[in-house]
Amino acid sequence: MGTGIMTITVDPIATLPPQPLLSRYAECSMWLARYMERIENLARIIDITETFVRSGATEGWKAIIQINADDERFFKAHHQDSAEQVISFYVIERDNPTSIAGLAHAARENARSLRPIISVEMWAQLNVFTNFIRDLKAGDIRPGEISTLCAKIKEECQTHTGITEGTLYRDQVSVFYNIGRFLERADQITRLIDIKYHTLLPSEAGVGSEVDISQWSALLRSAAGYHAYRRVMAGDIRPSSVIGFLLKSAAFPRSLATNLRLVHNGLTQLRRDYRLLASSNILERVEHLSAVLESQTAAQIIVNGLHEFCDWIQSELQKVQNEIAQAFWPTEPVVAKSIWPMAPLEPLPAFTSQTQSQS
Amino acid sequence: MGNYTHKQTGPSPTASGFSADTPSEGLFSAYRNGHFFCELTNAGAPLDPRIDLLRQRLNALPLDDLRARAAQAEQELYNLGITFTVYSDRDAIDRILPFDLVPRILTQPEWRHVEAGVKQRVKALNMFLWDIYHDQNVLKDGIIPRELVVGNANFCNAMMGLDVPGGTYIHIDGTDLVRDETGRFLVLEDNGRTPSGVSYVIENRHTTLRVMPDIASGIDLMPVDEYGMRLQDALSQVAPEGVDNPQVVLLSPGIYNSAYFEHVFLAREMGVPLVEGRDLVTENDRVYMRTTAGLRPVHSIYRRLNDDFLDPEAFDSSSMLGVPGLVRAYRKGNVTIANAIGTGVADDKAVYAYMPRIIQYYLSEEPILSNVETHICAEPEGLAYTLANLDKLVVKPVGESGGYGLLIGPHATKEELSDFSRKLKDDPANYISQPVVQLSVCPTLCETGLENRHVDLRPFAVTGKDTWVLPGGLSRVALKRGSLVVNSSQGGGSKDTWVLAS
Repeated sequence: MGTGIMTITVDPIATLPPQPLLSRYAECSMWLARYMERIENLARIIDITETFVRSGATEGWKAIIQINADDERFFKAHHQDSAEQVISFYVIERDNPTSIAGLAHAARENARSLRPIISVEMWAQLNVFTNFIRDLKAGDIRPGEISTLCAKIKEECQTHTGITEGTLYRDQVSVFYNIGRFLERADQITRLIDIKYHTLLPSEAGVGSEVDISQWSALLRSAAGYHAYRRVMAGDIRPSSVIGFLLKSAAFPRSLATNLRLVHNGLTQLRRDYRLLASSNILERVEHLSAVLESQTAAQIIVNGLHEFCDWIQSELQKVQNEIAQAFWPTEPVVAKSIWPMAPLEPLPAFTSQTQSQS
Repeated sequence: MGNYTHKQTGPSPTASGFSADTPSEGLFSAYRNGHFFCELTNAGAPLDPRIDLLRQRLNALPLDDLRARAAQAEQELYNLGITFTVYSDRDAIDRILPFDLVPRILTQPEWRHVEAGVKQRVKALNMFLWDIYHDQNVLKDGIIPRELVVGNANFCNAMMGLDVPGGTYIHIDGTDLVRDETGRFLVLEDNGRTPSGVSYVIENRHTTLRVMPDIASGIDLMPVDEYGMRLQDALSQVAPEGVDNPQVVLLSPGIYNSAYFEHVFLAREMGVPLVEGRDLVTENDRVYMRTTAGLRPVHSIYRRLNDDFLDPEAFDSSSMLGVPGLVRAYRKGNVTIANAIGTGVADDKAVYAYMPRIIQYYLSEEPILSNVETHICAEPEGLAYTLANLDKLVVKPVGESGGYGLLIGPHATKEELSDFSRKLKDDPANYISQPVVQLSVCPTLCETGLENRHVDLRPFAVTGKDTWVLPGGLSRVALKRGSLVVNSSQGGGSKDTWVLAS
């Protein structure tokens, strides 16, 4: 100070090369995102099923079991697919890994592993939320109250998402986190569509009826897409238009197309910013998926078999997940000498900046 | 076995049971420290004006207010998931270590005395470990029985002749101290393996300042925040030579370990990856961690894993927690392990009894901090004395930690005493005994208001090339009335420990 010498200093933060990321952290952050997103979607599915059942779809609760392919496990523990039994199975039963309680437990375990690198705010909210879920009792999930509970769960998941957006440090771990979230959303939108398919199936005659229209509206609402849909599609509430919106909209945050694009972005970031070249092959699979989706209209997809299409998407997304695991957290580590020493990583272009200061 | 206590320099506290000026109303009006030394009201005469100020502020608080703040602190700690697993309580995976918000205070002279004593002890322990893993002069000179050292379960043959960087074996040390009824500090035991609890020291300070800013305001304290930085520094200093920018990691048994919160805390404070055994691999006697970009070298490992679990090739082959080949890499000098392997021999309760002689032998100094008088039951004299005075003694199994399997004579029933004397006769070498020390007390928020509860103190020393002691340390408090067992695994709580600046 006061020496009058002008120096050019480089902000040390800006010039640091990206830190290596433990494989386990990458894996845990991806699964944390997936479980939290899955909890949110399960709450949405339970909520809409309750709506369907109230409006007369008697087979509604059975549909949840079907879209999750949980028939065998469910009927091992329960005699009938009544509202109470299904809700209990999917909300509070810890033994069921696909229940909200089971998923919350899994999310918590992953977050615990990540505690050294996630923010205190992120952990504290997750800790409070998962403790709340763990303490839910049969009395808290009566059919009359389930909608309120689902709303609270949704909101807690969104709080998590918001805190994560606002506090998670933007390095590799956040990229893996985002890939996990978008993969899960891509998968879940196909399940949400599937539930309508399963509920509708027994009463095909009702297509276009008043009940049918109100069910499609409810489906859009449960995906938080009703008003956006109205805005762009106005009075058109044909099944093909709704399906088209949910699968192919480039602007709707929960559509399949949006989430495939975001998964693609994440994988590109890994390759470009962190030199994780192993993501190249995975990118190709995602590009192929997007191409298949773009190459046909919603009406064609329905004619060719909507349910089969959804199944195929789900199994392709599973392959993407497996390939990511194989590339970044292989069971057998890649032998050291073949990849180390490697050239030091360049700093991120977006972060390189020089600051001038006078001292 | 004789009594090795020595004259010590320290504060000269008042010996009276009551504080000179017990207030007639307020929180402290019903508080009595009995015949115990009280850390707050009887810390030496005349009372430091800052301690008096603190006491007045606390005294003026309505009990409901104090309780509301305690509840707020508890809720915060719960929300943050600052957890502690109790092994005996299988249902509770996560449990907070209860926090009592009345701080425990040390003055500068008291702290300087403790700090010097801890540094002296750490230095002697490191010299002792170097010696027993090299020339063994201390054994040849008959200072300590050979069998006690080389026959000790924690003595590690793989360490023979290994030159650890800087001669440092115990990088992180926790010395358990208590104060007797005159306020004199006594060493209860050394923890040279993986002492835990330091995270609570720092979290407790944060909590205190959050819930009692008005009580603490204007009282200058020595900071506790630099612990992580000091530790990271020390571990970099002792990395293998020739490594420019050493990669330090913290090795944890994983999320189910009772001290996992602390592992997280330290990894964050040090800014290093928290790894599990499965994250590390060895290749050509070098250690690597598995990252998304492949294997990256690791140079310094702060391990929070016992010796036995470190390397299934070298030790327990059934353990899945460790890293195969780690010990080979260590012996080649390609990686530093902190604390070193085989330090358990130095914190054994039987070796403890010889510490005053060990300090004298290596440093030619009197111990600054005295031991509690200790009888070694392996020796006929010690066993006879212990059996004859069982109802007056604390008997501890050696090589154990956490307050498991000990007998507190004065609190035991006739049946327990006779059971225990049978155990003693069956395996005398497994026990030491000590008189019951009348631990100091601290005002603690209890059901009826402030009551006295016994406390101890565990200062933490970090050693790379030099030794630094975190100001204060962990004050553990026995929350049950009259109980002397402060271990967190036995339901104890903790307090914030203040060291008054200057």
